[in-house]
Amino acid sequence: MPEQSIDHIRRMIARHKLWDHIFAIVGILSLMVGILTLLALFTELAIEGAPRIGWKLFTSFPSRHPEKAGILSAWVGTTLIMLVTAASAVPLGVASAVYLEEYARKNWLTAIIEINVTNLAGVPSIVYGLLALGLFVYKLDFGQSILSAGLTLALLILPIVIVSAREAIRAVPGSIREAAYALGATKWQTVRDHVLPYSLGGILTGTIMGLSRAIGETAPVITIGALTFIAFLPQSPFSDVFPFVSFRWLMDPFTVMPIQMFNWTSRPEAAFQHNAAAAGVILLVMTLIMNGIAIYIRYRFRKRIKW
Amino acid sequence: MRRVREFIIESILFLAALSSVATTFAIVSILVIESIPFFRHVPLLVFLTDIQWTPLFDDAHYGIMPLMAGTLVTTGVALLVAIPLGTTIAIYLCEFAPHRVREIIKPFLELLGAVPTVVFGYFALIFVTPIMQKLIPGLPGFNMLSAGLVMGIMIVPYIASVSEDAMHAVPKHILEGSYAMGATRFQTAVRVIIPSAFSGIASAYILGISRAVGETMIVAIAAGQQPNLTLNPMEPAATISAYIVQVSLGDLPHGSIGYQTIFVAGLSLMLITLIFNILGYFLAKRFREVY
Repeated sequence: MPEQSIDHIRRMIARHKLWDHIFAIVGILSLMVGILTLLALFTELAIEGAPRIGWKLFTSFPSRHPEKAGILSAWVGTTLIMLVTAASAVPLGVASAVYLEEYARKNWLTAIIEINVTNLAGVPSIVYGLLALGLFVYKLDFGQSILSAGLTLALLILPIVIVSAREAIRAVPGSIREAAYALGATKWQTVRDHVLPYSLGGILTGTIMGLSRAIGETAPVITIGALTFIAFLPQSPFSDVFPFVSFRWLMDPFTVMPIQMFNWTSRPEAAFQHNAAAAGVILLVMTLIMNGIAIYIRYRFRKRIKW
Repeated sequence: MRRVREFIIESILFLAALSSVATTFAIVSILVIESIPFFRHVPLLVFLTDIQWTPLFDDAHYGIMPLMAGTLVTTGVALLVAIPLGTTIAIYLCEFAPHRVREIIKPFLELLGAVPTVVFGYFALIFVTPIMQKLIPGLPGFNMLSAGLVMGIMIVPYIASVSEDAMHAVPKHILEGSYAMGATRFQTAVRVIIPSAFSGIASAYILGISRAVGETMIVAIAAGQQPNLTLNPMEPAATISAYIVQVSLGDLPHGSIGYQTIFVAGLSLMLITLIFNILGYFLAKRFREVY
């Protein structure tokens, strides 16, 4: 091969390699944009919110005076709603996943259910709010209550729970099921005693991820008519008389953390921005802790179970 | 006895699985039922062509165009940020990044996707808008640009992770073939991976569009809530979803025309999302590579 064309080829290779390096730098820069935004967001919230973060924030009701305003009604509301959401989304989601993975025959009905779950995951969250407004608040007459909000968020995270539970169930090897059948177990016994316990880690991870999504959802909860200013707590779930628990809090009006933050953000007085930032910090920390727990559980179960 | 119990359990599980279909059915029927009285009052043609949206004023106009424009502009700005960034990150993580970097970076990206949108809205209004105002003098305090930019950053993790999954699914022997021919990583990424994974990448983009179209709190906080028929991102405007939130914050009597408008807005939102999803389905089908 003549000297000249080898030179030509070398130059071409060098040029292509240069592009490789350029792209690697562009890739790192793109990643940095995302991560720097995240950092800027955390710092901004922490600096702005610092003067308000303290014990008093958790123990005070919202108020007209920014220094006195707190998130008591908001975090209580969020906690109660998450209870309702978890209590309705988990059984429904896991049952759907068990049906789709273990029982469903391959027919058009199953196909419809599967396509439907995928599509539901893409429905804008505010549309769930409209569904809840029309169905739970007015048709079923639950009113603008904790029950309505909890059920709305449960429907919203149902696809997340179903998809992750299905993945977890699918990861259980078929040999486990066959061993159970060989010993004479029925399908349900196999599912209850073997498949579900082994897939518990994945199901928990998916559920917590779903709940961490629900905790930050604002729009659907506003749509069903959550109040933005609540200076009282729902009725206590404990009562003096037998059976010592009461479910009347389900029907009480409520507010939640993201709505409280939104309310403070949209106030014209600049002092309320500190309250908004403080609420944002608490909300972020809640989301972070939930995601952390989910990742930890996934890690633990992965390590413990070796097929 | 065992048979009966098994049958009952299977039926219960089946009903649970059907609940998701029931949800879809309920969403569609509630939106349609609550919208019908509105369209008796306002003809469809007026709804689509009137250039004002002022349903709560005395001089009421019911034209969806201003809200539609707001939604399209914010979505457009968000995609201009999210698609290049998301695709670059996906290619970088898939082909360039060392294993260690990947393991460290991915949780951060997941975290970015988990930030509540109301926090992003606050960030857009309090942090991004003042910076943009320094760069662009005369930018109003509420504008679609900041909202769209932050929304774009919010969508990046979704686009990056779905496209990366698609790129990972490209069979390794094809990549090795490309490397064996002397192609660099960048050449392989552009000429081999992207075309092979195109249907998956297209679904990632569609997912991003659906997120942006339906995103509510960022635009409700940072873009202003005045319906405004404009395609200029420097102006304030309301989107379809922001309008729903704005009306819900007030106290609207059940059954009034104002109450019906939010369901009409919701129906329009669903239809836009549906159109993009169908488009995505056909795109994915058209470009699907089978190995």
